[in-house]
Amino acid sequence: MSLAGSPSETIDPPPPPARGWPRERIVGTALLGLWTLLGLGIILFLIRSWDPDLFAKYAPFYLSGLGVTLALVAISSLIGAVLSIPIAYARMSKNPLLYGPAYAYVYFFRGTPLLAQTFLIYYGFGSFRPQLEAIGLWGFFREAWYCAILAFSLNTAAYQAEILRGAIESVPKGQWEGATSLGLSKLQTLYKVILPQALIVALRPYGNEIILMIKGSAIVAIITVYDLMGETRRAYSRTFDFQTYIWAALIYLSVVETLRHAIEWIERRITRHLKR
Amino acid sequence: MDVWTLISFGPDGWGDDIAYGVLVTASLALATLPLGLFVGFMVALAKRSPDKTLRLAGDIYTTIFRGLPELLTLFLVFYGAQIGIQQIVRVFDPGASIEVNSFVAGMVALGAVFSSYASEVFLSAFRAIPKGQYEGGYSIGLSKGQTMRLVVLPQLIKIALPGLSNLWLILLKDTALVSVIGLADILRQSSIAARVTKEAFLFFGLACLIYLVLAIISSVGIGAIERAVGKADIQR
Amino acid sequence: MRIAMRIALAASTIALAIGSAQAQQLKLKIGTEGAYPPFNNLTSDGKLEGFDIDIARALCEEMKAECEFVTQDWDGIIPALQAGKFDAIIASMSITDERKKQVDFTNKYYNTPPAIAVPKNSDINGITKEDLAGKSVGVQGSTTHSNYSETTYTDSDVKLYPTAEEYKLDIINGRLDAVNDDIIVLQEWLATPEGECCKIAGAITPVETIHGPGAGIAIRKGEAELAEKFNTAIDAIRANGKYKEINDKYFDFDAYGS
Repeated sequence: MSLAGSPSETIDPPPPPARGWPRERIVGTALLGLWTLLGLGIILFLIRSWDPDLFAKYAPFYLSGLGVTLALVAISSLIGAVLSIPIAYARMSKNPLLYGPAYAYVYFFRGTPLLAQTFLIYYGFGSFRPQLEAIGLWGFFREAWYCAILAFSLNTAAYQAEILRGAIESVPKGQWEGATSLGLSKLQTLYKVILPQALIVALRPYGNEIILMIKGSAIVAIITVYDLMGETRRAYSRTFDFQTYIWAALIYLSVVETLRHAIEWIERRITRHLKR
Repeated sequence: MDVWTLISFGPDGWGDDIAYGVLVTASLALATLPLGLFVGFMVALAKRSPDKTLRLAGDIYTTIFRGLPELLTLFLVFYGAQIGIQQIVRVFDPGASIEVNSFVAGMVALGAVFSSYASEVFLSAFRAIPKGQYEGGYSIGLSKGQTMRLVVLPQLIKIALPGLSNLWLILLKDTALVSVIGLADILRQSSIAARVTKEAFLFFGLACLIYLVLAIISSVGIGAIERAVGKADIQR
Repeated sequence: MRIAMRIALAASTIALAIGSAQAQQLKLKIGTEGAYPPFNNLTSDGKLEGFDIDIARALCEEMKAECEFVTQDWDGIIPALQAGKFDAIIASMSITDERKKQVDFTNKYYNTPPAIAVPKNSDINGITKEDLAGKSVGVQGSTTHSNYSETTYTDSDVKLYPTAEEYKLDIINGRLDAVNDDIIVLQEWLATPEGECCKIAGAITPVETIHGPGAGIAIRKGEAELAEKFNTAIDAIRANGKYKEINDKYFDFDAYGS
């Protein structure tokens, strides 16, 4: 620092934006170069191993696998959303008989791996066939597809309950008080005042939860469901060609990216009135 | 055989095998954590860099590893990367073989997933720190690195802690996926026990309980860290 | 600088070559699955046993090689071989044209026919496509049996499992109406208490294009020398009675086939 200058110069001005090739740009360009190289490598690999017969044979399987993945996620998310309402209610209740079990439920499903839960339901319940037959539930547990739906619904219900609770609690208490003073009933307040505000907060976590489900659903391939990952494994088992996995990666990436952008777009739309 | 014999540590029991699995799971998660934190921090720095190329490189990283199913990432790293490395090495030395074992593959794959989420946590923590903190640091003559280390980082850690604790719990659960590439973790050991003894419910239930206990231990640990960090705040 | 590195690399290559020439003892890593009794499976204390394992040990002894076993899930066993996690697969892998595109095979070391097993009270009386129409058929994925089931039983619900142990669980608890696997594997299982549920519905006539000439040892492409060593060793243990000794420990007929 120069002492000879005028007092106003004793404080360094913020550094001017770097020009030319500072270190950051060199590192950035090098990393981008690496990504480009990787991308080109993958494209080259796909072109080199391009096989129209293979494509014609397995593309329909991949499509149906993608359909199964999306159906699984959609159905489980809806069931989970319905289940999450009473759980979130119980979780916010002050009655320990409601609060306790709801807390345990959420803790169990958020604290253990989805893969372990799926195994527990598919193989674990599978070993209780006589008991399940006695109560007429075997027909349900017999199918891997239903087991997968059950495991995923129970799992996402726990996460969605927490999202819902967090969103409702994020609405200031004054909103409740204000609505009560206007003579609205508790239910009316919830539907007309609290939920519209809470859902804006919840949109992004909900979106993330659906994305996590799409990614997590890859594990159902292990219990004989032919989702996108299952079809990929099948295609791989017939061809022993690594490109089957690359295609799966590209499909998953584009689905997740599309969804992420859609959620961001919706968020921008419904928060327009909040922009200042 | 009754339940207690099955989960005992004796020759007929699976207790010792599963205990080994717990060790593998815990060490994998603990080994991944520093890697994931470091890379995540670096990616966060890249993403808030004034330089466009660096930001783009960081964004590509997060997009890829947050968009791919963890299971697929694991598979791509375990087989794909290995075949790739092998081919590069073969160019120099046709006879050589480099082995990426399943532990390292699991660490890299889980670390990549962890770091891409961690970078977002760090990034939002960076945003929560007012610009004045940097300016204050510079104005008392601290260098850029010193400001980062002495002024920004301590606050950053405190802000990022809840997000990072959450990621740790997710990491702990994601380790279950390495059972698919053959690493003898809790879930794999339980699956083998379930297959051999045909007691699927017992062993998968036990596996779930062990993960739960690990989560509870983690919560206690995280609580202690949060209190310690909070205390430092009050003392100041 | 660059030249220096080249020289260093070249020197290390030579050093490696000399190193391998000096080592008298051939060191091999053998990949196997460990979930396919009686060929290769884990005992209750976690040790590998079975026909494949015994044959592998005999071959290693014959080749004077020091062998180490590595277990690997079936789905990833070929990529793992290619990736160098082990040098040979001895895991009842059938020699097929599809696999030959990825790996090289030695000659077969056994050949047994496939079969279908069904629950004892099942109404399935045969093993044709019509007999199994509308039924669920379990089979281990990425195997010749899964290829056969998926191409033959097109009117059935064919389910692929990661290991043989899992389809066994599912036929016991009734999720499956039939399973398709090697007859030896099925018979071995039917003889155990868990296998009491089921019976053999019939043996499948092997289809050469699907089932191939039998089970061989898979090695990485281009390692002809290693393949030759294995072939010589297979012939040797066939000739000196070692094969028969192992064979008789498990089977009451010659598994080598005709």
